[in-house]
Amino acid sequence: MKAVLKINGTEVPVKFDFDEHLLQTLRNHGFTEVKNGCEEGECGACLVLLNGKPVNSCQVFTATAIGDEITTVKGIGTLHQPHIIQECFVEAGAVQCGFCTPGMVLATYALLQDNPDPSDDEIKRALSGNLCRCTGYVKIIDAVKRSARKMKIT
Amino acid sequence: MKNYTIVGKSEKKIDSLSLATGESKFVDDFELKNLLHCKIVYSPYAFAKILDIDDSEARAMTGVIDVLHFKNTKHILHTTAGQGFPEPSPYDTVMFDHIMRFAGDRAAMIVAESPVIAARAAKKIFVDYQVLQPLLDPEIAMEPDAPRLHDSNRYAAIPVKYEPERNLAAEVEIGFGDISQGESEADFMIDHTYHAHYGSHCAIEPHSVKTYFDEMGRLVIVTATQVPFHVRRIVSKVCQFPLSKIRVIKPRVGGGFGGKQEVFLEQLAATVTIKHKQPCRIVLTRPEVFQSSRTRHPVRTRLRMGVKNTGEITFLEMDSLLNSGAYGTHALTVLSNCGAKVLPLFNKIKNLHFLGRSVYTNLPVGGAYRGYGATQGYLAVNQHIDIICRRLHLDLPQFIKDNHIKVGETSEVFKALGEGTEGVTQYIHSCGLDECIDYCLHEIDWYNKRDKKIRKGDRVRGVGLSVAMQGSGIPMIDMASASMKMNEDGSFNLDMGATDIGTGSDTILAQIAAEELSTNLDKMIVCSSDTDRTPFDVGAYASSTTYITGRAVKKCAAKIKEQIIQVAREILSSSANELIVQNSAVIDEKQNKSVTFSEICTYAIYTRNQFQIAASASEFVEESPPPFFASTAEVEIDTKTGDIKVLKYVSAVDCGQAINPQLAEGQIEGAVANGIAYALTEQYIFSDKGNLINKNFKTYKIPVAADMPEMKTKVIESHEKTGPFGAKSVGEIGINGPTPAIANAIYDAIGVRIFDAPFTSDKIYRALKSALKL
Repeated sequence: MKAVLKINGTEVPVKFDFDEHLLQTLRNHGFTEVKNGCEEGECGACLVLLNGKPVNSCQVFTATAIGDEITTVKGIGTLHQPHIIQECFVEAGAVQCGFCTPGMVLATYALLQDNPDPSDDEIKRALSGNLCRCTGYVKIIDAVKRSARKMKIT
Repeated sequence: MKNYTIVGKSEKKIDSLSLATGESKFVDDFELKNLLHCKIVYSPYAFAKILDIDDSEARAMTGVIDVLHFKNTKHILHTTAGQGFPEPSPYDTVMFDHIMRFAGDRAAMIVAESPVIAARAAKKIFVDYQVLQPLLDPEIAMEPDAPRLHDSNRYAAIPVKYEPERNLAAEVEIGFGDISQGESEADFMIDHTYHAHYGSHCAIEPHSVKTYFDEMGRLVIVTATQVPFHVRRIVSKVCQFPLSKIRVIKPRVGGGFGGKQEVFLEQLAATVTIKHKQPCRIVLTRPEVFQSSRTRHPVRTRLRMGVKNTGEITFLEMDSLLNSGAYGTHALTVLSNCGAKVLPLFNKIKNLHFLGRSVYTNLPVGGAYRGYGATQGYLAVNQHIDIICRRLHLDLPQFIKDNHIKVGETSEVFKALGEGTEGVTQYIHSCGLDECIDYCLHEIDWYNKRDKKIRKGDRVRGVGLSVAMQGSGIPMIDMASASMKMNEDGSFNLDMGATDIGTGSDTILAQIAAEELSTNLDKMIVCSSDTDRTPFDVGAYASSTTYITGRAVKKCAAKIKEQIIQVAREILSSSANELIVQNSAVIDEKQNKSVTFSEICTYAIYTRNQFQIAASASEFVEESPPPFFASTAEVEIDTKTGDIKVLKYVSAVDCGQAINPQLAEGQIEGAVANGIAYALTEQYIFSDKGNLINKNFKTYKIPVAADMPEMKTKVIESHEKTGPFGAKSVGEIGINGPTPAIANAIYDAIGVRIFDAPFTSDKIYRALKSALKL
């Protein structure tokens, strides 16, 4: 199938199989910042925002995402213009291997859009679709708190 | 504590912004044209003989390029263990065999133009299996009528005990003193058997490899590995392809924890590329990772100790039975470390005997996993001393303080038991264990909670303590190296074979170089690891990188510094004996003149007596100074349902001088999180035929953020005089703490001890029920 997807604010022509999931389509078209950790909807490494809402892209058929706003981690900030959340992950030491980080950053972004001042429990709940094996989540939770503080100031 | 500029500072991890913005590339992020995709076909039987394989239907499918199996691949005996040469693991593996030794052993591999076609073709392979009676119980593996897994043509590459005809993958035995003397001196004996279980590393990036020929006809292997140089050597051997024509590139790696030390996919991808002259990709699915990659070896440990009423231990006897699974990867060395990393901690024991055996079974394959035998050994020893102290009403923390190894002391075990063979005598130069214990006691409020059984309705609380040590590399075996060159803006290329798999080793090694050179971290341009570009390093295992590569980097930077001073002396026409290197400049205080690094390198390259300021250095170590670790857990148990919660977990580590405290803390926090889940929820569940049932994240439960207890982590710094700027290792040790600390806390809460980990709610419920009946 052929379609045009809206990815990070840009219209991107894509080719995909009718039963293909968005994760595969994104990765096949160069959006490799979306990671594949399990393809079972359990790990959150492939998390993207669909119209601002976090979804596991391995569980979404590409065909159903036509017309939606798709945001990957590069859509909120880049190496040269990082988002506050990305900077806070760096400062907090929340990035070890970094494979889960794009998903974690986007889950944080979605949380803080809805709830700029989350409690510890709200943070833990919001991140509980994202597995990290390196950090024990301590510094990730710290990164979310730092992000919330900094985003309020700016 | 010494006063350092860069060392000891929580500098930002140098690759972290690139990772957080999704720029960094992992193996599967590299784009290759005309890529062939592979799908492995696994044995559904724990033990079976392949009588025939019919691949004709698969081969006839459009887009299927090849099907590899035992009939059309080379049968080179090797080990996939990814260790130094010659490997201490037995050579018992070929790429494709006609005997399937566990459910998950590979029968064939489809090579196709797309992953979808490969997956479809995998269902069109017809294997005629003769199903055999599997060996599923390690306890009976050595009995004469037990099924025999391996032929006698399997062999060990080093002179060690290896008897495949008895399913014995490895055996070690050491002892000193006299056990019967210890028995006669004892007032009582404590004899218990403890079980450590299977576990999966669960790196979030699955095992991935891509291979291709470059424009010079050399085979490039881009792989998620902990051991790029071992990959090169093993692929060269197994594929019979010249080592000089292989280049291994390690990009960013999404976690390893030991699982990516194993070299078991690279040779398959290389075979495809060599045969078809096309790029090849193998990326495992999550169920494949659980089932067919490597695991923590289950170990049954029987511990016997004789004790005097004063608390003096008169003898210790440890009998470890390690289930190696279908192949003997790390069977000898993990087994050795059950004793070698554990027994020296209590070095006052005069009569000691350790017997370890690793046996083959038709179950998933064990391998390297963070903690590496120490985890299994400490699970037993920490519970055992808790039992002894309870019996004698002794203060457990004080008992540990009285009995653990101290600065200036040694243990006979160091010499007697190394990594599979004899070890190396060593003395302790640094030990902050007492401070670690005190911190953990204070933070958990030990003396107000131990033995208090604080109740809230049906829920009762308890606290537990555990201690551990590890090592820093493998002495007399591991070697690491670094090379550096200077650029005319005063920056430095730092090339290392050391393998950053997410640990932050690139960052801390750059900090070591910057400290030695009195320059800034951002002047370091790090390249790791690429077998063409970077010098040899054994890789990321055995907690070696900070200590051994760190020393190599420091030595290399010192050589660079000498050259910088020599050029500065020429520029400044300095006659002074002592020039000072400071803030990226060289100062002649006598003349009150200075010259910057940038000026020095520009002069060296362009002005007079031109040469490249460059150096390389290697380090080979004679000692493996142990880091020390203590931790306390507070648990709450519902006595009606057996439901268990860890409320708080406190850890403290003595890793010498922490090069980067934030990264060191991160290592402990991650290891502890893994350890808590290993203690409570992570386990392999098998059918009665030996098939793994729970092979995804839904059913093999690793923690999410909401599962985590309150965590407190402290880095207690000491100074290890043999380490780079005083550093020891930190990567593995934390995982040794939770299982015994939680076991001891469970006993503290409910007075019941569960000897079989993990401590699931149903086991606690059953234990409570049977305790009530008694």
